[in-house]
Amino acid sequence: MTDVSEQAEQTDQAARAEQGGRNGQAEAKQDQPPTVIVDNLHIVYRLRGGGPGKAKGAKGKAALREQALAAKEQQDQEPQQDRGGRASRAVRRLTGRSEQAKKGGRKVHAIRGVSFTAYRGEAIGVIGSNGSGKSTILRAIAGLMPPEAGRVYTEGQPSLLGVNAALMNDLSGERNVILGCLAMGMTPQEAYAKREEIIRFSGINEKGDFSSLPMRAYSSGMAARLRFAIASAKNHDVLMIDEALATGDRKFRRRSEERIRELRGEAGTVFLVSHSNKSIRDTCDRVLWLETGSLVMDGPTEEVLEAYEEFMNG
Amino acid sequence: MALDGVTRDRPDPHAAELASKYGLSVTGARPGMIEYIRRLWQHRYFIGEFSRARSSTKYTRARLGGFWFVLTPLMNAAVYYVIFGLLLGTSRGVEDFISFLVTGVFVFTFTRDTVTSGVKSISGERGLIRALHFPRAVLPLTQVSMKSRQVVISMVVLMVIVIARQNYPDWSWLLIVPILALQLMFNTGLAFWAARLGSKSTDAAQWLPFVLRAWMYGSGVLYMVEQRAANAPTWALTVLDVQPAAVYIDLMRYALMSPENFGTQYLPAHVWLIALGWALLALVAGFVYFYRAEEEYGRD
Repeated sequence: MTDVSEQAEQTDQAARAEQGGRNGQAEAKQDQPPTVIVDNLHIVYRLRGGGPGKAKGAKGKAALREQALAAKEQQDQEPQQDRGGRASRAVRRLTGRSEQAKKGGRKVHAIRGVSFTAYRGEAIGVIGSNGSGKSTILRAIAGLMPPEAGRVYTEGQPSLLGVNAALMNDLSGERNVILGCLAMGMTPQEAYAKREEIIRFSGINEKGDFSSLPMRAYSSGMAARLRFAIASAKNHDVLMIDEALATGDRKFRRRSEERIRELRGEAGTVFLVSHSNKSIRDTCDRVLWLETGSLVMDGPTEEVLEAYEEFMNG
Repeated sequence: MALDGVTRDRPDPHAAELASKYGLSVTGARPGMIEYIRRLWQHRYFIGEFSRARSSTKYTRARLGGFWFVLTPLMNAAVYYVIFGLLLGTSRGVEDFISFLVTGVFVFTFTRDTVTSGVKSISGERGLIRALHFPRAVLPLTQVSMKSRQVVISMVVLMVIVIARQNYPDWSWLLIVPILALQLMFNTGLAFWAARLGSKSTDAAQWLPFVLRAWMYGSGVLYMVEQRAANAPTWALTVLDVQPAAVYIDLMRYALMSPENFGTQYLPAHVWLIALGWALLALVAGFVYFYRAEEEYGRD
């Protein structure tokens, strides 16, 4: 496992890949113009303060993972530094004794030199075990996480639909629909015109008039459905979906998979992060497999999923 | 081992070339200033709706509800009146102390509230920043817009109090509009500055309240600074007189209070130019300062 993250191994892999030449999916789509080019991307999280178990704001899965990784990395790299308490760490930070301290806290190298090109009309699944950097790479493509090194080029402005896309819990579903549309840059006229359609697609009104209730009355599945409905109301050049469909029921999942196919048909590129190999198989024709921030495999769905399943069971 | 699998899609050695050939742009890159302002303008409806939504939910879980919009400034004024007017007696030598005090408190509160909410406008909305793409200047502007809604309510309360103190409306009351507009520009600039300051670390949120309190005591909110600091050197008095908070507060007093209680003798020379200068300086400098770190917001 740890070998993969090492730079030497990676360049070695790269060299072999080059010798082998390009094949598979990327070749087949060469006639289509590229929509996303990720060029040797590195992402580093910087964490400030809060030893393991003390960090505040560790709400999401990502935060917990970062924390755990940070703790691990610190043990590996500089065991002598974590002797003091919070205050002495703050003093160290202020005096700026080491380069790391100067930059404020510890680092987590979440993405380590990933490169790939996505083409128009592709639906790309992103898989990997927990903490492999799937969500991070989507955020980086969306331009929401500044890269440490490398570049991401995209066509238009990619949209990321995540599990914790912000909606306001104290507001009604209807009002959230309007807010979401305006945030995507629509005019009020467009937003009001789309409102009915979005609510119908989300299906939240199937069990009574939920769209006028505050969102804190919704189940997690209903909230996820509304989020997806809002995000997919606009045609995106690049749409990225981060496990957002996981909480929906079967009926909604079918409907949203259909919508994903439609969006692809409208000459966009769709990325889908999921732990459900079935929904990847049903919607994607190409899969990227990440492990500890490096790209392990990139190819046609069946081929990669087979290798991945073997790896996970083995 | 499966991990030995070969990475198929090598990075194009000429990624940048390919990108420019198909018109791809670097994601998340900061657009030019003009383009940035255009996008900000495109999101004006979002600012309005978002601030309306935030204001309407602010007190949804309070039993007194929207009443707090009126109660908060009133209670503020009452506390200062008891402490400074009755206990410490700073009212000596000031005509119509209640109008003097309440105007000062309300005007300064507008600036203070905008700055303190501006400092949290980026760090408090990290979820939104990581989920959606929009010009980040939307966030401090939303806070400014919320506080402006509040100031309209405060101004109505203020006018009622001032009228009850027998300062009846006259033509000078029309000056309220330009004064508030200039102060709003000034506050917006400060909010931009505070938003960037508070975006990386929360230290600013800790020390800013102290700075703001010191600023309030130096702004003649609760007493006539000129009387209290009569022994200070002239340059210090001039500074106290032309600093922005004092300018906006004194202009508002001049507009609302009757001329015999607060006339032009309390205003520095060229007061309107000074007020306009502060407003433009803060707005432009604050906006540019905020804009230059646009790509950094959202990073921990």
